[in-house]
Amino acid sequence: MTTLDAELRVGRGAFTLDVALSAQPGEVVALLGPNGAGKSTALRALAGLLPLTDGHIALYGEQLDSPADGLFRPAEQRPIGVVFQDYLLFPHLSALDNVAFGLRCKGLRRAAARAEALPWLERMGLAEHAGRRPAKLSGGQAQRVALARALAVRPRLLLLDEPLAALDARTRLDVRAELRRHLAEFEAVAVLVTHDPLDAMVLADRLVVIEAGRVVQTGRPAEVARRPRTDYIARLVGLNLYQGVADGRRVTLPEGQVLATDEELTGPAFVAFPPDAVTLHRHRPETSARNLFPCTVAGLDLHGDRFRVDLAGPLPLAADLTPTAAADLDLTPGTRVWAAVKATQTHAYPA
Amino acid sequence: MSTPRTTPAPHPRGRRRPRGATRVPAALLLPALLGLAFLVLPLLGLLIRAPWSALPALLTGPEVWQALRLSLISATAATGVSLLLGVPLAWLLARTDFPGRRLLRALVTLPLVLPPVVGGVALLLVLGRAGIVGRWLDAATGITLPFTTAGVVVAETFVAMPFLVISVEGALRAADPRYEEAAATLGASRLTAFRRVTLPLVAPGIGAGAVLAWARALGEFGATITFAGNFPGRTQTMPLAVYLAMESDPQAAIALSLILLAVSIAVLAGLRDRWMSTP
Repeated sequence: MTTLDAELRVGRGAFTLDVALSAQPGEVVALLGPNGAGKSTALRALAGLLPLTDGHIALYGEQLDSPADGLFRPAEQRPIGVVFQDYLLFPHLSALDNVAFGLRCKGLRRAAARAEALPWLERMGLAEHAGRRPAKLSGGQAQRVALARALAVRPRLLLLDEPLAALDARTRLDVRAELRRHLAEFEAVAVLVTHDPLDAMVLADRLVVIEAGRVVQTGRPAEVARRPRTDYIARLVGLNLYQGVADGRRVTLPEGQVLATDEELTGPAFVAFPPDAVTLHRHRPETSARNLFPCTVAGLDLHGDRFRVDLAGPLPLAADLTPTAAADLDLTPGTRVWAAVKATQTHAYPA
Repeated sequence: MSTPRTTPAPHPRGRRRPRGATRVPAALLLPALLGLAFLVLPLLGLLIRAPWSALPALLTGPEVWQALRLSLISATAATGVSLLLGVPLAWLLARTDFPGRRLLRALVTLPLVLPPVVGGVALLLVLGRAGIVGRWLDAATGITLPFTTAGVVVAETFVAMPFLVISVEGALRAADPRYEEAAATLGASRLTAFRRVTLPLVAPGIGAGAVLAWARALGEFGATITFAGNFPGRTQTMPLAVYLAMESDPQAAIALSLILLAVSIAVLAGLRDRWMSTP
């Protein structure tokens, strides 16, 4: 049985969201997309903070929202837990009372709610901070309290809105690993919204990539990373991506350039290759590489210990060089170079 | 903000002039000092001419005590009624959207600028024995409000509640409504979210509004004397007693005024963080 089955359609003036979403028990689904893609709208619709204009949301076979039937269960009547981007911990309540809040709403008395909330803080390693107000918690601690608060009501659908976005880089690494552990233990469905591909790949079992309110690609993280289908994902996972028509081991792009590949394909196809598969030369090289293009350096950028070179020309592409190689080539914006890519280092797949 | 000593001031003239000191033109300074004197001198006069030695006797006199007691009780009751009705009204104005909300808000704040006497007359017309609602109230329950202690509370509430509504509405608008959404996702009904999340968040605003409303109610004169009359022990509050005493016993009037002044200073002190911390 599908645990979560949703057709999210929300119209908002010129913007429309139209996203189909389903998940199995224990699955973590990430909605990945750029800002303004409609991820948060989708999350608010799932949470019951925003009614659908069309479509439906069913959880464990139970309808939560179905405009056609005039049915809408508001947030407080849904078996959900939400971790908000900036956590929204109640500032006037201690960490423990924040976690106990949902339990009290279920009718538990104060002492009973606190007794049930404390183990959640213990699981997060925050028992000694139980009496603290949110203002006295660090970002990472607040994030964990928010997670404990959402989990304490034992939701059947856990929603996380950019759960790591508010953290600094160092904390983020720890909290991400920890969040992954908690999500793995969570038996029901978790839907995560993020614009960070790394968060999505580490935390989710399946990605649903959204652009401009539509699903553009879904799949397991490794699959999406290996075979991107839009420029947005290609940029996220750091691949050069081209779409054309394959005929054997050649893919012809709309502008007429031909890319040699290693896979036998026919019909519409994508070709992807990583920037470090590209070699640059000041003069036309004598090379076995079957893909050779004249380019102009458009920009240089240091990425970790690598130089990312943006190249303009008949085939715009990105190349990664070691700082030594970049210095040897004496690259500056406007420099004319030859870019070579071996066919064996490209990856072609049907569009 | 302090100027670090090691770094020279960016403006060359700023170095010679002590920080914060600005040259004030006489055309502004003179009226400013006059204005200050005008506001402060009467209060000083009150303190200078106060019959300090006779004060204990005056203040423990039965009339004074009666008026003070009535004032405190009715102002507190008016504040209570204002809280009970005004906080939900502020919530309605801040958190919901309906046609005519702006007009409603203007109507709610009207008593802030309306001469209190006009308020008293209006109250008489509506709640008086022959008034639109008063007639019905009299017939149905036998209750008449004008010229009773309850009438004092009604008059004071009418004048004081807008202060509370405005203060609480401002606090509600400043509070992030997404906390209410977070509460909803945890299973809280809208009422529970209001009670357990919104109210505590805006408590400082409610407190400030209540103090303002209480102070306004305590000083209420025009609406009270019009709607509730001036019966010692029943409707004669402090301001009314002061006014009356000025004709018969000026010393007592000064003594009563001193009490109201002390209360005002206490209110200011209580609100200083909110109202006097402007730079």
